[in-house]
Amino acid sequence: MVEFELNGVARRVDMPADTPLLWVIRDGLGLPGTKFGCGMGLCGACTIHLDGQPIRSCAIPLAAAAGRRLTTIEGLGAGPAISDLHPAQQAWIEGSVAHCGYCESGQIMAAAALIDANDDPSDAEIDSALSGNLCRCGTYPRIRAAVRRAAELKRGGETVVQSFDPNVAIAPVGGLRA
Amino acid sequence: MSTDKLGPALTRRSLLKTSAVAGGGLIVGVNLSGCASAPPIGADGDLSPDAWLQITPDDRVIFQLDKTEMGQGVITSLPTLVGEELNLDPARIHVHLAPVHPRFQDPIQITGGSTSIANRYQPLRQTGAAARDMLLAAAAERWSVPRAELELEDGAVHHRSSGNSARFGELAEAAARQSVPKHPALKPASEFRWIGQSVPRTDRVTKSTGGAVFGIDVGLNGQELPNLATAVVVRSPRFGAELEGFDAGEARRIPGVIDVIAVSTGVAVIADGYWPARQAAGKVVARWSDGPLKGLDSAAIEAAQRRALDEQKGRSARNDGNFARAAERAHRVIDAEYVIPHLAHATMEPMNCTAWLHDGVCDVWVPTQGPDIVQAVAAEAAKLPRDRVRVHSTLMGGGFGRRGIPDYAAEAVEVARLAGRPVKVVWSREDDMRHDFYRPATCNRLRATLDDNGAVTGWEHRLVGPSIIGTLVPDFLGALMPTWVPGGVTNVLGRAGGAVIRGRDSSSTEGAADLPYAIDHVRVESILHDPGVPIGFWRSVGHSQNAFVVESFVDEVAHAAGADPLTFRLERLAAHPRHLATLQLAAEKANWGHPDDGRSQGIAVHESFGSVVTEIAEVSVDNGRIRVHRVVCAIDCGLVINPDIVRAQMEGSIVFGLTAALKSKVTLEDGGIRQSNFHDYDLLRMDETPVIEVYFVNQDAPPSGVGEPGLPPIAPAVANAVFAATGQRLRTMPLRLA
Repeated sequence: MVEFELNGVARRVDMPADTPLLWVIRDGLGLPGTKFGCGMGLCGACTIHLDGQPIRSCAIPLAAAAGRRLTTIEGLGAGPAISDLHPAQQAWIEGSVAHCGYCESGQIMAAAALIDANDDPSDAEIDSALSGNLCRCGTYPRIRAAVRRAAELKRGGETVVQSFDPNVAIAPVGGLRA
Repeated sequence: MSTDKLGPALTRRSLLKTSAVAGGGLIVGVNLSGCASAPPIGADGDLSPDAWLQITPDDRVIFQLDKTEMGQGVITSLPTLVGEELNLDPARIHVHLAPVHPRFQDPIQITGGSTSIANRYQPLRQTGAAARDMLLAAAAERWSVPRAELELEDGAVHHRSSGNSARFGELAEAAARQSVPKHPALKPASEFRWIGQSVPRTDRVTKSTGGAVFGIDVGLNGQELPNLATAVVVRSPRFGAELEGFDAGEARRIPGVIDVIAVSTGVAVIADGYWPARQAAGKVVARWSDGPLKGLDSAAIEAAQRRALDEQKGRSARNDGNFARAAERAHRVIDAEYVIPHLAHATMEPMNCTAWLHDGVCDVWVPTQGPDIVQAVAAEAAKLPRDRVRVHSTLMGGGFGRRGIPDYAAEAVEVARLAGRPVKVVWSREDDMRHDFYRPATCNRLRATLDDNGAVTGWEHRLVGPSIIGTLVPDFLGALMPTWVPGGVTNVLGRAGGAVIRGRDSSSTEGAADLPYAIDHVRVESILHDPGVPIGFWRSVGHSQNAFVVESFVDEVAHAAGADPLTFRLERLAAHPRHLATLQLAAEKANWGHPDDGRSQGIAVHESFGSVVTEIAEVSVDNGRIRVHRVVCAIDCGLVINPDIVRAQMEGSIVFGLTAALKSKVTLEDGGIRQSNFHDYDLLRMDETPVIEVYFVNQDAPPSGVGEPGLPPIAPAVANAVFAATGQRLRTMPLRLA
């Protein structure tokens, strides 16, 4: 039994201690936002925060989380108002960064950790913080712009996307009993 | 037996109707009229002038997204077309990921070939316009006023002078009883409110907050799939190797493992989560036959391709004038050989699929570009009639052509059938890398003839490679045959179809045979050589490699003729105004001929999927390292429905193309793929990504493709810039300086 805090909630997990955190979060706790891309810490799709630091959850075992604080994309920003999301999420939304969107949770977590530590990163610092996160769709130009914008929001800017009706969007994948 | 009882006559024509669907290449159109009738979409009382649209009495406007969203933005751009005619903000439209339906088949329900907008531009506007007219007719009846006095705004019909207004939902049932107009008037372009605007992507919030449900997420997050298990499959180390036996004694001892079974693709380990399944898979000891490719490697394929070029005459794809005579009379002949490697798709979301057979039906949740192809192969794997298979498309973490092939769905259905419970099969990155359907490897020999004035008189392009469609048809066309064709016949026809198509698959010569330059003597021919490596459609298909070959060699010829590469192109493209316009715009924006200090420029232009794109790359070379600083892109894709999405597709295509140009290839080694993960199949990263600028020309024509046309010109633009910088002509991808 391993105890930790996940997105502000105390959790106890009864899974083998060597289970990578990625699978604890996804299969064990049912949070799908953290993605599986490579299983070797090579692509960054599974990036989460461990005590505020970005880590590759596919390569860190459950045991390492004992007594620590984990944050996933689901717990990064309060929401549901856009202005209550993390500045990185606001900037990603403003900039329509995502194409397929699969890598973006990891990209946002990497970006959020950067600007939480440094709200005025240089281009070199942005490249350095994000170049471990792969995106096959090629959203890098938008990611770069969004990180700059997120830093601006963090420093006190206001998002231009004021509202979004969550009821009018993509229907959840349906038909379990269709 | 008369054909009446069998349904429509089974003729080769109806089965092998070919049409230009997937990327200008041939794809086999299958007459599906033998299928069972389609389930209705929507409910009684909905206003649904066509399958794409339902307006419900509870006032929802629902769009059935028949094209699958893989990042290209159809989830936003297609509803925009309907919304425009309904005078309704596309953000107000509910998007449902559509089921398989005959109305969505043209002739296959596939998303590919950059066709979604081009094919749907008119039908979706007509659908929206029909609904508009029916709503207006219902309101006119209700209030007994002339229709001309009514207007649509914000999801309601208004009659200004009386102050009457009614929501779409209030009018839906009455509107549904109106007859569907055949030719509703479409809004004039001058009145467009959303078409041509950067309507924000409707998936941007869910994809920034972790809420988007991809295939791999099915069953998580509160979805009820009782007893859902996860499976991984231990796959053959070589293509075509067959399982001879396995020992799962140790694997079964891993906690959480439910069962270990043989399936068509290997040994399936079924467990109560990915991690125990993966761990147990590592303990399975499987014995494989050698398979047909044992001992084969990429070097041997390349050598065989060269031999074929030495010894064989190819099928003619184009023959203008008389190249042989041009060669005899030439003052000078230049020649070159270009070699293109296999490439993997490497979508960020590995292949996966969830299947559940229950109560006489098979539910399949799948990230796919081809839901009806999935339905067909799933029916075979489930041993059920096709109309008992329900395909639920999900969002997908990239497609790029890989997810048009349904192998992973057939596998999941087989595993679920044998397991007797719902199962999600998840591929590892290694599975995904080593069991892809790769971009074909080709070898190309080119010759150009110059007269004594340095003018180009002739062009010859001979290439050797496999046929994508000829390879795929036997495996997957068979499954798509109408259900009334007996199984054995299906297989035979599938194979016969493969043979027919192999001989004339234009996907291998697209972008080569249609050389646009004014040259009197042009000969393009292809030799079929299939080493047996699985191949498939890879973003922009034949264009992705042929543009590199053609536009690099055009550059070689320009330099041989002593001409500026831009001027050389402009002079020989006078008959192609769209090419000229993109060349001129890109040149102006990039300040052609005046790169920044320490940088060199390269240019390439290419037409594909109905669009023309010029790209100018600005590169520097430092210690043998190629660095791309800036790319200027000018595209003619006709009317731009959503400028920001087109821009995004250009950015994405350029980054995708730069990975091919600069980073990666897959190599065959002893009949299997050597590369396994991102450490040896690296993708372009952010610190390697150039500044990208996108410009549009000619928005008067109907819309054409954007998902792929941005990719073909980037590799030659970079190679041409590298030549300008170093004098080295790089003729293999990825580009490596000597």
